[in-house]
Amino acid sequence: MELLVAIAIGVLTFSGVYLILRARTFSVALGLTLFSYAVNLFLFSMGRLHTGKPAVLSDATSYTDPVPQALVLTAIVIGFAMTAFVLILSLRAHTELGSDHVDGVEKPKLEPKQRKVKGQSNQSKRKRFGATR
Amino acid sequence: MNHLLLVPVLLPLICGALLMMASRSPLGLVRSLSTLSVLLLLACAIYLLPLANTGQIQVYALGNWSAPFGIVLVLDRLSALMLMVTALLAIFVTLYALRGDDQRGGYFHALLQFQLAGINGAFLTGDLFNLFVFFEILLIASYALLLHGLGPARIRAALHYVILNLIGSGLFLIAAGLFYGVAGTLNMVDLARFVAQAEGDQLLLLEAAGALLLLVFGLKAAFLPLHFWLPRAYASATAPVAALFAIMTKVGLYSILRFSTLVFGEQAGAASSLGSGVLWVLALLTMALAALGAFAANSLASLLAYLVLVSVGTLLAGIAVGSAEAISATLYYLIHSTWVIAGLFLLADIIAKQRGEFGSSFKVGPRLLNPHLLGGCFFLAAIAVAGLPPFSGFFGKVLLLQAVPAHAAWQLWPVVLVSGLVGVIGLSRAGSLLFWRHHNPSSPVPALDKTAFSIAALLLLSSPLLVVFAQPVISYSEAAAAQILDVQSYLQAMQLEEEL
Amino acid sequence: MVLLILVFAPFLAALLPFLAAQRGRTWIALAAAVAPLAGLGLLLSQTSQVLAGEVISVKYAWITQLGLNLSFRLDGLSFLFSLLILGIGLLVILYARYYLSEQERVARFFSSLLLFMGSMLGLVLAGNLLLMLMFWELTSLSSFLLIGFWSQQTAARQGARMALAVTGGGGLALLAGILVIGHVVGSYELTEVLAAGDLLRAHSLYPVALVLVLLGVFTKSAQFPFHFWLPHAMSAPTPVSAYLHSATMVKAGVFLLARLYPLLSGTDWWFYLVTFTGLTTLLIGAVTALFQHDLKGLLAYSTISHLGLITLLFGLDSDFAPVAAIFHIINHATFKASLFMAAGIIDHETGSRDMRRINGLWKYMPHTAVLAMVASSAMAGVPLLNGFLSKEMFFSETLHQHLLGSFSWLLPTMATIAGMFSVAYSLRFIHDVFFNGVPINLPKFPPHEPPRYMKIPVEILVFCCLLVGVLPAWTISSLLAVAAEASLGHALPEYDLAIWHGFNMPLLMSFLALIGGVLIYAQRAPLFRWYEGLPDINARNVFEGSVRFLYGWVSRGLARIENGSLQRYISLLLIAVIVMLTVWLAPLSQVTGEIALTPVDPLTALGLLVMVCSALLTMAFHRQRLTALLMLSVVGLVVAMVFARFSAPDLALTQLVVEVVTILLMLLVAYFLPAQAPRESSSLLHLRDYSIAAGCAILMAVLTFAVLTRPYQSIADFFLANSLTGGGGTNVVNVILVDFRGFDTLGEISVLAITSIATVALLQGLQLPRARVDNQGRAWSTEDYPMMLGVLARLILPLALLVSAFMFLRGHNEPGGGFIAGLITAVALILLQVAYGQRWVQTRMGVQFPVLAAAGVLIAAATGLASLLLGYPFLTSAFAHIDLPLIGEIEVASAMLFDLGVYLTVVGGTLLILSGLGRIGHTVKLPEDA
Repeated sequence: MELLVAIAIGVLTFSGVYLILRARTFSVALGLTLFSYAVNLFLFSMGRLHTGKPAVLSDATSYTDPVPQALVLTAIVIGFAMTAFVLILSLRAHTELGSDHVDGVEKPKLEPKQRKVKGQSNQSKRKRFGATR
Repeated sequence: MNHLLLVPVLLPLICGALLMMASRSPLGLVRSLSTLSVLLLLACAIYLLPLANTGQIQVYALGNWSAPFGIVLVLDRLSALMLMVTALLAIFVTLYALRGDDQRGGYFHALLQFQLAGINGAFLTGDLFNLFVFFEILLIASYALLLHGLGPARIRAALHYVILNLIGSGLFLIAAGLFYGVAGTLNMVDLARFVAQAEGDQLLLLEAAGALLLLVFGLKAAFLPLHFWLPRAYASATAPVAALFAIMTKVGLYSILRFSTLVFGEQAGAASSLGSGVLWVLALLTMALAALGAFAANSLASLLAYLVLVSVGTLLAGIAVGSAEAISATLYYLIHSTWVIAGLFLLADIIAKQRGEFGSSFKVGPRLLNPHLLGGCFFLAAIAVAGLPPFSGFFGKVLLLQAVPAHAAWQLWPVVLVSGLVGVIGLSRAGSLLFWRHHNPSSPVPALDKTAFSIAALLLLSSPLLVVFAQPVISYSEAAAAQILDVQSYLQAMQLEEEL
Repeated sequence: MVLLILVFAPFLAALLPFLAAQRGRTWIALAAAVAPLAGLGLLLSQTSQVLAGEVISVKYAWITQLGLNLSFRLDGLSFLFSLLILGIGLLVILYARYYLSEQERVARFFSSLLLFMGSMLGLVLAGNLLLMLMFWELTSLSSFLLIGFWSQQTAARQGARMALAVTGGGGLALLAGILVIGHVVGSYELTEVLAAGDLLRAHSLYPVALVLVLLGVFTKSAQFPFHFWLPHAMSAPTPVSAYLHSATMVKAGVFLLARLYPLLSGTDWWFYLVTFTGLTTLLIGAVTALFQHDLKGLLAYSTISHLGLITLLFGLDSDFAPVAAIFHIINHATFKASLFMAAGIIDHETGSRDMRRINGLWKYMPHTAVLAMVASSAMAGVPLLNGFLSKEMFFSETLHQHLLGSFSWLLPTMATIAGMFSVAYSLRFIHDVFFNGVPINLPKFPPHEPPRYMKIPVEILVFCCLLVGVLPAWTISSLLAVAAEASLGHALPEYDLAIWHGFNMPLLMSFLALIGGVLIYAQRAPLFRWYEGLPDINARNVFEGSVRFLYGWVSRGLARIENGSLQRYISLLLIAVIVMLTVWLAPLSQVTGEIALTPVDPLTALGLLVMVCSALLTMAFHRQRLTALLMLSVVGLVVAMVFARFSAPDLALTQLVVEVVTILLMLLVAYFLPAQAPRESSSLLHLRDYSIAAGCAILMAVLTFAVLTRPYQSIADFFLANSLTGGGGTNVVNVILVDFRGFDTLGEISVLAITSIATVALLQGLQLPRARVDNQGRAWSTEDYPMMLGVLARLILPLALLVSAFMFLRGHNEPGGGFIAGLITAVALILLQVAYGQRWVQTRMGVQFPVLAAAGVLIAAATGLASLLLGYPFLTSAFAHIDLPLIGEIEVASAMLFDLGVYLTVVGGTLLILSGLGRIGHTVKLPEDA
């Protein structure tokens, strides 16, 4: 079980970090969220994995380690706040700078292929999505 | 237990909350509350400094749960000093902001107070995870303060700053988790105790956690290659915010110093002075690169931002050496660089205001309204920050140069001296361009705000004062260095020594 | 005490000129003269002791840790220099009074001059090397102000910066040298340092110290190859040149040679470095001087060559050489100062300094002419003038050194040649200016004698030249003797300052020099042509050019490193992480620890699999943002399940509610952002990102596994043991949150509160057009508040409130607590908001969200403070159990009040954040709507 959990955390980190390294704020936000999941799981697992012994005092003989849980709880809340902030910041940046690139500018690329892509991105800025009525 | 240890954290926290509520109430009330708070903070710092200087480490067990189970606040000479530096800086920043900058966005004073609460908390707490919490407080506040006044430049800078630091927070959690997962405790002193008797793989894991923390703190302290967010952020921030940020990098450096002396101090044996080799190299590189940056800066604001980096490199070098003399020199230089650079940021703002649309950029602009006053003030401040006599920067540098052992001196001296010279060249270029070259007539700009100017000047006055009172200041910093190097005293202060 | 006044009076007096600023030049000059006059008086009052060979010194401890004391010493050497500084300083002040015009910032000029004077005095009187260095740098700084006085001229600005860069840089080298000396000797006190000569010379660091100190000396005294700054410092007003480049600034370097002579001299290193630098400078200066057409340029290069001469003398290995050197220092100071002043007068009266245009001034200003001619004869070394005497000594010294063995003829020959050139340029100064035809279109014509008082300083100096030249033994010898003794540190050899030593080698050399000089000047026409042929190198342009080049180069280089790309910065950070961790984990003996693995159950495995896959899918679909978001929410849900699975119900609940709110937030934001992200990273970047991600992933997995399979002793047992008895709750996690580690929670809710106002500040004045059609072109519903939703929301709200109350109350004993309760409430209210709009909710709640959030923090803090009243530390909890129907036994704990704070902050904060976003969408009115 430990092995599986470790791998799972690893994969979450992988996808998180990859997304953090993207050029668009929203992708980065997604990445940060995934990364924080990984971190929270990691922090949680530092109390080792216990099955069926929650840290609620009863006549049970042994309990899980409650400390990491408390820490993770705090971490989740703070993580939520931070995610909220970065999301709204990206929104502000997009409207203020006219681009959702993390550097706040559309990078002109040299190869023609890239330039075509850039055109696409400008076009895509005008698109919106959402539920139908 | 001395309840006044709470004040530096709780007072600004509560004031911040009150100011949140009072956002709609008259400006005068908001401003006076904020001012009152920083004044009280200074009073408290003035009370705590001699208390710490008795040499008795003060421990405050929150919720009456003693270490290592509860969270404790720890006041030693070092933290008292940091509180003092912060409190004094805070007063000038607040007063300067009252000259109008606080109106350029919402909730300035509330955010300022929260920022102070976070910084002071980071200096006082003796608990690893609690340190994380305070880092988050000061970070979220700093995000908002950096954005104060908005505008494209600030938003660009903030995007980088925020995202990098969010990753940093994640790494901090991992490190904290590792420490708990291996040592089963979060109290720093308890950790020190554990590290001292750990061995084998256990120790390796702890060291890995320590190394990770080093990077997290490094991101705040902004040394190579984690410094990239700083120049833009500082150069684009509103003047009082930039001045306040002069202490931000110091929080990172403080944490590095704290960890390398306490948790990975002498008693840690094999693990002691963790990563100091790496830090040493990075410090030198940071200094060199930052000096070049200062030389090539295209505006006064960014020149100052790079000078901040130079000071970071210098301080880090002192920490990396780690001897009592080096640490003492570092502390003296820390006080100097925090206040002087903050003062310069304020002065630069006043100069920029007189140059109209040219701001602080290095383009030949209109004639200043008060060229002699501002020029003279800048000349003196530049001498101080460049580390030339007769001001405090010179003494800080000489102390540090003297403190390093011979083999290290071969590397440090050239870097410090040459970067100093490069700084002088850059500053003289800046000065002669800003004050000696101009195309008449001066464009219509608001007259000099005398109050704002005197605030900046007073803050800069700290440099000569640090020279006049160098003797007592240095004796204090020596005592502080000696204290943090004596880990036993911390174990005793928390009644943990019997287990060592 | 006398010394302290002597040094610091000028600094204080630097303010006086400003006080007199309104009352015209005369008063300003008088105000400036006060300090030097007083100083001179004080100094002369000490004459008898000093001539008796006493050393007057004071010492106040200042910064013991640095070895820096306020110590000053007045011996022969420092007496002599102080005399020059003050005396010539006074003359310069008088001269400048007439030189400067009413329009210029006279007060600023004089106060800078006083600052400089003070620095010089400090430098020569300092009894502590560090202290001396401080004044050394101060001279550089104050001279920066003086040279750049005419700041409107580019030449002045650049000259000043160049001087500062060179001398300041040399000062830093000197600092290093002094620190080395201090390291070896163990003190910076001059008395101890000078006594430790043998110790230092024997030490392995001696060469280092020597080179560093000499760097300081040579830059300051404009020795080759650092001489280039001096001619460009000539763009300063002439009084400044007369002061800095005759008696003071440039003499600081040679003063240091004299001062540290007992410490550093007497080794081959010293001999070769000092002698040959001096010789080279002597020659280069002398030759170049001849070809200058600018009066001050000529004087500048002659100054350089004379400094070379002095340096050369200090290098020689005889006890007598320093005497000659010091003697020449005095003489040079007198005649060069007067010459600069004369040049200034000519410039002042003719409006030009170009010797090709200034001719035949004899008949316009004979008086000035006479003075200038005497002075320049002294410079040439004509008998019966002071210059002759020191020249003679110099020549004889060059004959008396033997270290060069078979090459010993080299020095005298070179010396003679240099002598010829100095005669030649002196001759030119006389002939070309005062005779040689008629003036050629001068800006001011006809020139006439300057104001009477402007000539007095010149007259005095020239008179000194004559006096010393004719009656050396009566005038200068005793002073020279004590000065030289102080420099050497021991008694002097026998010598006499006679004019006539009979027919000997030196006399012949002087004779040769005179003849040769005349010949060279006679042949100047072809020489000038040859010189014109040389490439014209302007040091200032070279310096500025190289600085500019360096500037461009550096800024380009930095732009490469700091290219403003966040992606690079992040990858650097992560690479650093990977490297650090790998380095420290590499020696890990084995990843797997000693604990046996727990068995795998298929359901959990499946759950983890789902989580992993949806994470990867999020990554794959990150360009289609809606899809990615859905995937992400799946991950979040599974994470919650994992928490539940491994006995963390609280976490599961929290994660669940947070997940809901986060996704909601992301949807709101995504609505305003582009629906798709372009594909823009090159394959190479992708490779980089994949490998970085992989690296981090592996490390995380390894760390997790390594820790999970190892035993540990934790503080948890204490909490389990004390939760009920000490914290009054059975849900240990919650007790930790509100009691054991309540301080963390206080911080945590503060973060939430700060974030909420931060977002408000961030959203200020933000208005976003709401899209009218979606990406398939289907029009959006324009109905603001859908009725169905409204009804639903109204039904849900009370239910939600009940649930959250329940959660809140049981929190302390069962999974739940203020945070979860708060979020549930918030979600319900948000639903209501979507239905009826934010204002509707706001008004019905009757409380501002910020106030709510802040109130939460305050209540929590107040609860903590309450315990202070009972004499317990902050956040100490108290509780009592009571029985309630339905909910069962609960206890009323102070912790519960604390939890209430948490609840309020969560509700207020979350609503504030979300409603802010909600508002944007609503406030805008598109033109089409009107």
